[in-house]
Amino acid sequence: MIPVEISSVRKSYGDLKAVDGVSFSVQEGEVFALVGPNGAGKTTLIEILEGLRKRDEGNVKVLGLDPWGNGYVLHRRIGVIPQDFTFFDKANPREALEYYAALFGVEIDADEILREVVLDDSAGVLFENLSGGQKQKLGLALALVNSAELLFLDEPTTGLDPNARRAIWDVIRGLRSKGRTVILTTHYLDEAEQLSDRVAIMNHGHVVAMGTSDEIIEAHGSGERLEIHGTEELAAYLKANTNLNVQSNGKGLISMAITQKRDALTVLTAAERSGLEWRDLHTRRDSLDDVFVKLVAGRIDEKGEIRVENPGGNSNGQRRRK
Amino acid sequence: MANARRIISDLRLFGRGYLRNAAGLFFGLIFPVILILIFGAIFSSGFSGTISLYYQNHDGGQISTSFLNTLNSTSMVKLVSVSDSENFSQYLSAHSASDGLIIPPDFSANYVAGQPVNVTLYGNPSQSSSSIVIGTVTGVINGFNLARYGGSAIIGISQTTANAQVTKYIDFLVPGLIGFSILVSPMFSLVNISSEYKRIKLFKQLSLTPLTKIEWLASKVLFYILLSATSFLLMTAVGVLVFGAHIVLSLWLIPFLVLGPMFFASLGMLVGTVSKSTETASVVGNIITFPMMFLSGTFFPISLMPTYLQYFAHVLPLFYIIDGLNGVMIYGNYAQAMIDLVVVAAITIIAFVAATRLFKWRED
Repeated sequence: MIPVEISSVRKSYGDLKAVDGVSFSVQEGEVFALVGPNGAGKTTLIEILEGLRKRDEGNVKVLGLDPWGNGYVLHRRIGVIPQDFTFFDKANPREALEYYAALFGVEIDADEILREVVLDDSAGVLFENLSGGQKQKLGLALALVNSAELLFLDEPTTGLDPNARRAIWDVIRGLRSKGRTVILTTHYLDEAEQLSDRVAIMNHGHVVAMGTSDEIIEAHGSGERLEIHGTEELAAYLKANTNLNVQSNGKGLISMAITQKRDALTVLTAAERSGLEWRDLHTRRDSLDDVFVKLVAGRIDEKGEIRVENPGGNSNGQRRRK
Repeated sequence: MANARRIISDLRLFGRGYLRNAAGLFFGLIFPVILILIFGAIFSSGFSGTISLYYQNHDGGQISTSFLNTLNSTSMVKLVSVSDSENFSQYLSAHSASDGLIIPPDFSANYVAGQPVNVTLYGNPSQSSSSIVIGTVTGVINGFNLARYGGSAIIGISQTTANAQVTKYIDFLVPGLIGFSILVSPMFSLVNISSEYKRIKLFKQLSLTPLTKIEWLASKVLFYILLSATSFLLMTAVGVLVFGAHIVLSLWLIPFLVLGPMFFASLGMLVGTVSKSTETASVVGNIITFPMMFLSGTFFPISLMPTYLQYFAHVLPLFYIIDGLNGVMIYGNYAQAMIDLVVVAAITIIAFVAATRLFKWRED
């Protein structure tokens, strides 16, 4: 059975089309990442899959069930970390796990699960006193209680420090090696690249690219890219004296897509002729990051907001999630 | 469909959280006991039933002494002697007293001689104590008048008590404050948590577990039944042991102690559910709760209130709970309690069903 199969899913809040015709399927044992800035529709979509939101249109099958109509049956078979996971202030992680185990009617070894998510040292600390990372780890631990075949992790590492993030990554890799199917949303590209088999990039309710990182780069990348360190003045000179699409990140890195080896020579010549300082000239393939910037016309900052780097680009990315 | 294991584990988690929260414990258990101690202490002396009657005896004869002794033995008034040298009315106002009696000189001599003689009564007609004093003094005077001519009373009174006990204020206060705690804890708590859990999306999360919303509400209802039972025991113990309240304990109390918290937990849930924000919920909750807190017979019997407020009290759900508790605990009036119980059961079922229907785990 294909764990998740959706086609032409739509959901609007008033005039805002949060999810606008999304189709994909996720195979058994696959880790599938939905990547995009805030407001792209990731959470709405994942909540439709979890049975927490009603879709306006489209077909959705999760573990063979319609999530909205069969939520109660489905929820026994899936594990979920909702965005902004929260719990009862006056309960500690061990009690939380025992509570969930009783609700699901399963026997668990709470200590083992706590060790698995590296929370065993805080097993007796009340939820209100846990750090953001520890809270998120508890969310992950609770999603593991019912040994679900399919897990939904909605921004599992947002706002966490690098150590906490890496601990959660390890758990997700562990799930993958056990053959569990995982759908996660994130606005960290490196997270998606590190963890997932396939990535879907979402923007304005659409999936703008989907596949493995390589496939996406292949399909949407502009091939070879040349980078050179220098001043804004150099960037302007290169722009004026080559016919390449020269971009500067404002911090001394100038980059441009090149289609043939000769272009590199053109840039080198122009740089020398400018008489300006330059260093570190090299070429590389487009990264997922480059493709992402191209597709959503901006980079995502720590909080998931789009930071437009190309003044000519589309700045609609400021739209916030409901 | 409800599953006892899930209800119990939710009850355990919630109860543990409650016990770890000092504010909850205070308002749930300690505050009602403090109220009983305060109100019991304030009114236990003032309602003793004896009125201080200040007197000056200008006579000094045997008859006046015997007259005063008879008056004292009615136990309706407590006689306080004022020295002859004092200006009587100044003395009364200096002691914030309005009831006084002056026995004139030659009282005894005139009595023996059969000459008319008047005692002077001071009183404030606007105070109920004055009419009690007039009645008591008149009664004693009639007795002395009859005795003077060797007569005996033709019409007498044979007394029976209407209630097993003379009801004292504390007897009203205990059921009233039990009603108060049945109202306050579940109502405020459910208004708060149902709107707060909605805000922080905790309900949404719980909807991802097999816990159903009926099970969730059932566990809250169970918790507040246990809490009410505990505070019932505490308040009854304080009422009886500290203030000597006369209270009947009967199995009839159980349905009120079960349905009461169930009703207010459901009502609180309903308010929290239909309100858009935590702030609105708390305002609506207060609007519903405060009139009930004072006008349902909590701190004083509603018979002391003006008629229109008594009518108003009859639309307050808490009235029927306290009326029922009074019926059982004070009067042993089970017929009245039965009517109250039917009303309480009906509104409880309506509130519980409405709360579980309108309450949504998840949004569309």
